[in-house]
Amino acid sequence: MQTKKIKWTRILLEAAFLVVLFSLVQYSISTHMLSQYYQINLTSMCINIILAVSLSLINGFTGQLSLGHAGFMAVGAYTAVIMTTKLDYPFLAALVGALFAAGLAGFVIGVPTLRLKGDYLAIATLALGEIIRVVLQNIDYVNGPAGISGIPKLTTWAWLFGGVVLTLLVVVNLVNSSYGRAIISVREDEIAAELMGINTTKYKVLAFVIGAGFAGLAGALYGHYFYIIKPETFNFLKSFDILVMVVLGGLGSTTGAVIAAIFITILTAALQPFPEIRMIIYALILIVVMIYRPQGLMGNKEFSRQTLGRIWGGRQ
Amino acid sequence: MFGTKKRRIAILIMMVFMFGIIAGCGREAPTNQQPAPTAGAINVGLNVELSGGVASYGTNARDGAMLAIEQVNAAGGVLGQQLNPIVRDCKSLPDEAMSVSAALVDENIVAQIGPLTSGNVAGSTPIMMENKIPLIAPAATATNVTVDDKTGATRDYIFRVCFIDPFQGTLMAQFAADNLKVKTAVIYGDTSSDYAKGLADYFKQTFTEKGGKILGTEGFVKDDRDFRATLTKIKGLGPEFIYVPGYYQEVAPLIAQAREQGITVPIGGPDGWDSPDMVTVAKAEALNNTYFTNHYSSQDTDPKVVAFVEAFKTKYNKEPDGFAALGYDSVQIMVQGLNDAQAADPVKLAGALAQIKNFEGITGNMTIDTNHNPVKAGVIIEFKDGKQTMNSRIQP
Amino acid sequence: MQELIQQLVNGLSLGAIYALIALGYTMVYGIIKLINFAHGDVMMVGAFVGFFSITLLGTNIAVAMLIAMAVCALLGVIIEKVAYRPLRNSTRIASLITAIGVSLLLEYLTIFLLGPNQKIFPDTAFTVKAYDIAGLSILNKDVFVFVSAVGLMLVLQYIIKYTKTGKAMRAVSLDNEAAILMGISVDKTISTTFAIGSALAAAAGVMVGVYYGAINPLMGIIPGLKAFVAAVLGGIGIIPGAMVGGFVIGLLETLVSGYGNSLYRDAVSFGVLILILLVKPTGLFGKDTGEKV
Repeated sequence: MQTKKIKWTRILLEAAFLVVLFSLVQYSISTHMLSQYYQINLTSMCINIILAVSLSLINGFTGQLSLGHAGFMAVGAYTAVIMTTKLDYPFLAALVGALFAAGLAGFVIGVPTLRLKGDYLAIATLALGEIIRVVLQNIDYVNGPAGISGIPKLTTWAWLFGGVVLTLLVVVNLVNSSYGRAIISVREDEIAAELMGINTTKYKVLAFVIGAGFAGLAGALYGHYFYIIKPETFNFLKSFDILVMVVLGGLGSTTGAVIAAIFITILTAALQPFPEIRMIIYALILIVVMIYRPQGLMGNKEFSRQTLGRIWGGRQ
Repeated sequence: MFGTKKRRIAILIMMVFMFGIIAGCGREAPTNQQPAPTAGAINVGLNVELSGGVASYGTNARDGAMLAIEQVNAAGGVLGQQLNPIVRDCKSLPDEAMSVSAALVDENIVAQIGPLTSGNVAGSTPIMMENKIPLIAPAATATNVTVDDKTGATRDYIFRVCFIDPFQGTLMAQFAADNLKVKTAVIYGDTSSDYAKGLADYFKQTFTEKGGKILGTEGFVKDDRDFRATLTKIKGLGPEFIYVPGYYQEVAPLIAQAREQGITVPIGGPDGWDSPDMVTVAKAEALNNTYFTNHYSSQDTDPKVVAFVEAFKTKYNKEPDGFAALGYDSVQIMVQGLNDAQAADPVKLAGALAQIKNFEGITGNMTIDTNHNPVKAGVIIEFKDGKQTMNSRIQP
Repeated sequence: MQELIQQLVNGLSLGAIYALIALGYTMVYGIIKLINFAHGDVMMVGAFVGFFSITLLGTNIAVAMLIAMAVCALLGVIIEKVAYRPLRNSTRIASLITAIGVSLLLEYLTIFLLGPNQKIFPDTAFTVKAYDIAGLSILNKDVFVFVSAVGLMLVLQYIIKYTKTGKAMRAVSLDNEAAILMGISVDKTISTTFAIGSALAAAAGVMVGVYYGAINPLMGIIPGLKAFVAAVLGGIGIIPGAMVGGFVIGLLETLVSGYGNSLYRDAVSFGVLILILLVKPTGLFGKDTGEKV
């Protein structure tokens, strides 16, 4: 076996790419080249990427069908908003708090329910997500169904960019580590994995907690951009929206999740001028894409420079 | 398989195509924030819920607003210009409402009508405030829609044409305690809507202040159709009055089931009850001894209201509900504001709107107060054998 | 005591409607392992077909129900052919997404064509009478819903147990490939399953219309979700399980609203579902078959 050399040039190159990307967008925001409308959609896009990538860790890599992702988003959003608006914590602390609170919720929910398999797990997570929403609706401290409004706009491009990069770093590195192989083995064949001595419960819970935590982060960023959070926003239909991105991108492909999140955000915005038929077109696109590309846009492959070369070069 | 060359050409074509789609969808962002070009028409944004949970509210308000715009244009427009409505769907979500508002701002609108619910208006609020364009909310009833509840300051560019929650909740509590002379009540409201929650709170406050006793608070959620279990429980509690803050879609079957269960006590509610569907679903007999607070009634005999109901029925082949009437008034009050300001300029329009006095809407005569709420008379409507009759009129 | 019996009566007719919808869920799941999220919307279409057959064709309620069942049976077959069949050999989650797509399509196509407002079921179709039996108020529509639901379930049981089609359905559900070897047309059997399941949903839709008086294009979402919960509670894929699950959810909701806190009704029924799954991970009637290695 070859010793793994750290490719500093590659890391530097990637870091440079990120810096350039960040600065370009930052520049166009501060010079108002990017209108407010595009900024809002950029924000939605970043939040959707975090949501899709975090759910793809649970659904795509670990193979555990979870339909309660919006619930974790709600936990994160409410935690962060309470911390900034009621308890006067700084935004960074609120983000960290959201990450941990949602992760904790993921742990509390994951430990008992991850024993369930397939569709039973799906309905259990869906039910728990709905329970979170109903409970929030009945807590007066957070104004029940009216939700909390007047949230200061603390989410900036820098925070969004940081959030996306952090999510990708954690998820990609986790998947490519020995933990990641254990996680994928659970998806491929749980019994075989167990026979190989892998503590499948541990890895399932691990993936679930991390996925939930980042959904919480996305919720916190959401709350501090869109001025208001209310329980109704985080219902099971929101969970479905996130699931659509993951499956559309391809189960087990991080880049697929990112591409699908971008695609869905652009699609939603592009359909705005057709208010009467936007949902019909959206539904048709969903059905047609799935029929012609059931494995999702990327399958379980990742998009990289090699892929680019392969597509361009024909055979390789 | 394709040869390499063919494949490359295909990829290039696909990329050009994709780019075309994306570029085609992207609108030209205005490079500088100049007021609307006054060449042809005045753009009016309609940011309403056409899909998602409250699609029916938004659709009805849009229908009312579009009728008003059509009538205004047929009568020669405003300031010699035609109104050009730009309708967008906010999917019943505050984040989408924000995005839609920003898109409308790029279309150089002079004002935005909608969204309907307080939460979605809140999503749109920062954009309208930042760009100094008035938002007229047809039906957002929470107090903090027009007033920032942290600073107590009125939001300069947010207006509404509907009652606020404290007004109606208090009104019904007074009516129940003073006119109906009931001592005990149960609140059975829509817990999924902030509107109903706000009303319930203010009803409870006033009713208790008047010496009444709330025996219990129960809830249903939007789209519930079966209320019998809770009603059976309420029957056991034996209240003299039931307050049902909610919308007619749920309230009509609720009242029908209450009467089927043998609950005969008076039932009261807010303007969300106002729809011809109340009688068709709940039936005339069940609705006897029920009351709601309102500003307008589709069975009003005021010629203005009659004309509106007729025009609406002719155009859409259906009866208008409260949302349609409020959507209509939102446009009309904006037109009044434009005429007062004598300019199709958002900032001047906001200034004019804040000064509006005795605007004759179909939902009542309105004067905009310092908190940008309309001051208008409230009435208690009683159902008598399926007819809405005015029980009492209460001037604020 | 009297109040309790009244609450049980309330719960039974609500449960009957959930059970009818849950049956369709469970049949489809049993045969192709697909959570058909569009099922609640098929119910909605059934309600609208029933509505138009009463208002436009002037039929009575029984004929309206039959027409709705026939139309929705056809709709179910078409949905399966167009949206689910191409994905039969793909991952199940892919068909789950098309199911969500079909669900949105049915909802918003109906809104596009008919508007989002509710439509009032004409009261001429069904005259409500109340019977006062030993202090209980029992309505003839309670009886109508309960009797027709139970009747349909019995018919379904008969079809599955004693007809050739039923045997074929059970065979495909048990072992798809073995069924093919035995000369069973899998495609035909799956189509039949969708037809029957959708027809049951349509019947439930018409019942909702009669019972609650109004129908709207988004009416299928919540009952669909609850019926799904009911199906899983009983053990998804198991027909008696869906019936029991439907009644359990109906009664549970009624009892929580009646004796607990109505504000937490949905949370409690979801909570009970989770508890049951934790104790018995395959639902009440689910067989723990062990895993095939």
